[in-house]
Amino acid sequence: MSSHTYDYLDGNAAAGELSSLFTMDVTAARGQCAHCGAINRFAEAHLYMQGPGLVARCSVCQHVLLRLVNARERVFLDLTGMACLILDT
Amino acid sequence: MWRVGKVVALYDETATARTITLDVSDWPGHVAGQHVDVRLTASDGYSAVRSYSIASAANSERRIQLTVERLPDGEVSPYLTQEIAVGDRLELRGPIGGWFVWRSQQTEPIQLVAGGSGIVPLMAMIRSRAMAGSTAPFRLLYSVREPEVAFYREELQALSDHDGSVNLTYAYTRAAPRNWPRPPSRIDAPLIANTTWPSNLVPTCYVCGPTSFVESVTGFLSSSGNSPDKIRTERFGPTGDRK
Repeated sequence: MSSHTYDYLDGNAAAGELSSLFTMDVTAARGQCAHCGAINRFAEAHLYMQGPGLVARCSVCQHVLLRLVNARERVFLDLTGMACLILDT
Repeated sequence: MWRVGKVVALYDETATARTITLDVSDWPGHVAGQHVDVRLTASDGYSAVRSYSIASAANSERRIQLTVERLPDGEVSPYLTQEIAVGDRLELRGPIGGWFVWRSQQTEPIQLVAGGSGIVPLMAMIRSRAMAGSTAPFRLLYSVREPEVAFYREELQALSDHDGSVNLTYAYTRAAPRNWPRPPSRIDAPLIANTTWPSNLVPTCYVCGPTSFVESVTGFLSSSGNSPDKIRTERFGPTGDRK
């Protein structure tokens, strides 16, 4: 594999940002990819943090699960790539 | 939610890494493997946030330790490893992350694989094991460039010597001690096969290090029969900065 495939982190690394929006730890939750249907822990998603926001991609099919952008006093959260989020209570 | 931690001790682990002990008055307790976000704010309002793993054992005390590796072009780590002083205050968010964690209720064999400063959250697991009096069998495979840059060497040796509670293997990638049996090289399939738990014991594996390291180690662990759902990973980028 070429080095450019190594530019992502684990979904774990989004835990801090997500903790400012959600009361529960989303990274330990399971999410279903709206594209391929795979259900995996959010912590196992591939996380890209180089851009102006966060992008989490499905570790199976690489489709976008979540986008999060902080823009001054607003946060934009796009979850259209996640069909379902399953949180252990 | 941001908390304030007061620096109460500093200790240089290596020439480029420092352990910072923080007293956090409202610390809720943490689980081994979790991290915190540290926010530094300049006088002009510019702020930078970085994630650092907690090195200290899970306990109910309000003191935590972070071990920070200095990155040559880092924005935050040079301050944390060179300029910070006892008595300074740091803004913290955490404890964070509920997946890359070890809890003392776990009794299965544990395989830890660290690349460089990836040892930090794994050390929290090793320390938590000792503190909880757990008898879960632990193995650590620790890849470092050379002996001088290993963190926690004496403490790990003591834990390894003490009834072999943690089985310890170093993999040196650039320079090994004299008479070391293995020439300096990266972790490879034979080393994984020879030094990690056999997959039929169904160990839970925790792998932490640079992204490329985690990629190759998880590949070797899978090839030797470990199920992907028993392998938990924490990657950090080429600069070590998560953000």
